[in-house]
Amino acid sequence: MKLSAAEEASKTGGGLPFQIRGSLQTLLSLKLLRPDDPAFFTALLEKVAHAPDFFRNAPIVLDGAAVKAKSPDCLAQIVERLKEHRLVPVGLQNGSAEWNEAAVALGLAIFGAGGASTAEPAAVGRSGSAAKAASALKPAGKVIREPVRGGQQVVAADGDLVVMAPVSAGAEVAAAGHIHVYAPLRGRAFAGMNGDETAMIFCEQLHAELLSIAGIHQVSEEIDTRLLGKRVRATLAGEGLKLEPLP
Amino acid sequence: MSKVIVVTSGKGGVGKTTSAAALGTALALRGKKTVIIDFDVGLRNLDLIMGCERRVVFDFINVINDGIRLNQALIKDKRVDNLSILPTSQTRDKDALSQEGVEKVIEELRKEFDYIICDSPAGIERGAYMALYHADEAIVVTNPEVSSVRDSDRILGILSSKSKRAEHGDEPVKTHLLLTRYDLDRVQRGEMLKLDDVLEILAIPVLGVIPQCGSVLQASNLGMPVVLDDKSKAGQAYKDAASRLLGDEVELRYVNPEKRGLVDWLFRRSA
Ligand SMILES: Nc1ncnc2c1ncn2[C@@H]1O[C@H](COP(=O)(O)OP(=O)(O)O)[C@@H](O)[C@H]1O
Ligand SMILES: [Mg+2]
Repeated sequence: MKLSAAEEASKTGGGLPFQIRGSLQTLLSLKLLRPDDPAFFTALLEKVAHAPDFFRNAPIVLDGAAVKAKSPDCLAQIVERLKEHRLVPVGLQNGSAEWNEAAVALGLAIFGAGGASTAEPAAVGRSGSAAKAASALKPAGKVIREPVRGGQQVVAADGDLVVMAPVSAGAEVAAAGHIHVYAPLRGRAFAGMNGDETAMIFCEQLHAELLSIAGIHQVSEEIDTRLLGKRVRATLAGEGLKLEPLP
Repeated sequence: MSKVIVVTSGKGGVGKTTSAAALGTALALRGKKTVIIDFDVGLRNLDLIMGCERRVVFDFINVINDGIRLNQALIKDKRVDNLSILPTSQTRDKDALSQEGVEKVIEELRKEFDYIICDSPAGIERGAYMALYHADEAIVVTNPEVSSVRDSDRILGILSSKSKRAEHGDEPVKTHLLLTRYDLDRVQRGEMLKLDDVLEILAIPVLGVIPQCGSVLQASNLGMPVVLDDKSKAGQAYKDAASRLLGDEVELRYVNPEKRGLVDWLFRRSA
């Protein structure tokens, strides 16, 4: 392999003054189960005391899965107290929109659901960490093999949705990620339902009543009639959806 | 082994009661011990179509609520051996059908009959749900028009999620399409959906196609299930459907225009 562009550039003295690389880190995650338990920090410090070096200045991802239905009011205090004890909260995963907002306001990053940060769950309280590890192996998406009939709703809350049967008029399919329908899509499809603007919708036969990506939608009437019945991919492009035939 | 079959549709007036009466009668004619239950509490059409309305003393609701024995309410058909009707009440409403009461009646009927045909009310509320809950198989009665197909689709979703089989994680309810009031002329003129269009949307196997036919109304006015009219095309089509239900392979009739012989064609032209 040749020298990377950045190394080449630094030799010649030109180019960007930095280098961006993807890197994989294993982060501790702290799953909040009962954050307002008065014994929360006592219990946590007890755990940390067993391996102080391991925890000192360790980056920690807070996991909001179990508490996202509650108010995120306690988040600021948790972050502050973690820092006091030389634990470094860097982000939040599995939060609701409300929790994510509170996290961003506190300067935390938002980690994608089920991201690379679930390797060492240091759950506080009595949580089945073995079960958690097993579920991390399973992909978060959903595969549906039966027709989705009018009046029915299928949601893949944490990942992609693959439907291998028709989606009827009056049915709704929704996913945090992409939606694939390997059959006619006659109902409504909501991809990127949590705001992922890179989500896409693919279908074998487009007859959809409505397509939506990250909340931007297009109704059947607005769909180019030349695409009806065709294999189509929908993506988000600016303020609207872009529909293109698939080869 | 007995089978509970619901005749359902979502939409009203598509031919459920006509179909329940015709198929039940055809099965009994084939030697199967059959009972048809009227779940359409408050309307009570089945006993009229079966011509036994003047023999009703006790009904399905009395059995559930008033301690009447099943045998006191069952009406044996006078024309066809092996055929019984369990009529419903016209004065009560659907709330009179309790989940446990229906369950008990169905379990008792299972001991005695080969086929238990449940004639469902229209809609997707309590009554329709009660009728389909115990089903092993479902005959989804559909007319060749968009609204009827939509409602059938909806019912198929309910069958796959709310039936007893779905709730218990058993093998799913076996579903059949019965396309009724199929008016070939109007289909050909594009005024109604073709069989293929309906099949493409519903994607379930077809049990039969019943032509639109004046003999149906005529038979129902006489209180006679249409399969007992040997000259009725609808009656023939229902008999074919019953045969398919029993596993016979029978070709679909009345779905394509009749081929006319040359003589016939000349004759018609000059007529
Ligand atoms: N194949 C048919 N040809 C002509 N009329 C029909 C046919 N099937 C049903 N009908 C008529 O349609 C009306 C509704 O039928 P019914 O069986 O009572 O429907 P449902 O039970 O679904 O409400 C009745 O007047 C019946 O005579
Ligand atoms: Mg009826």
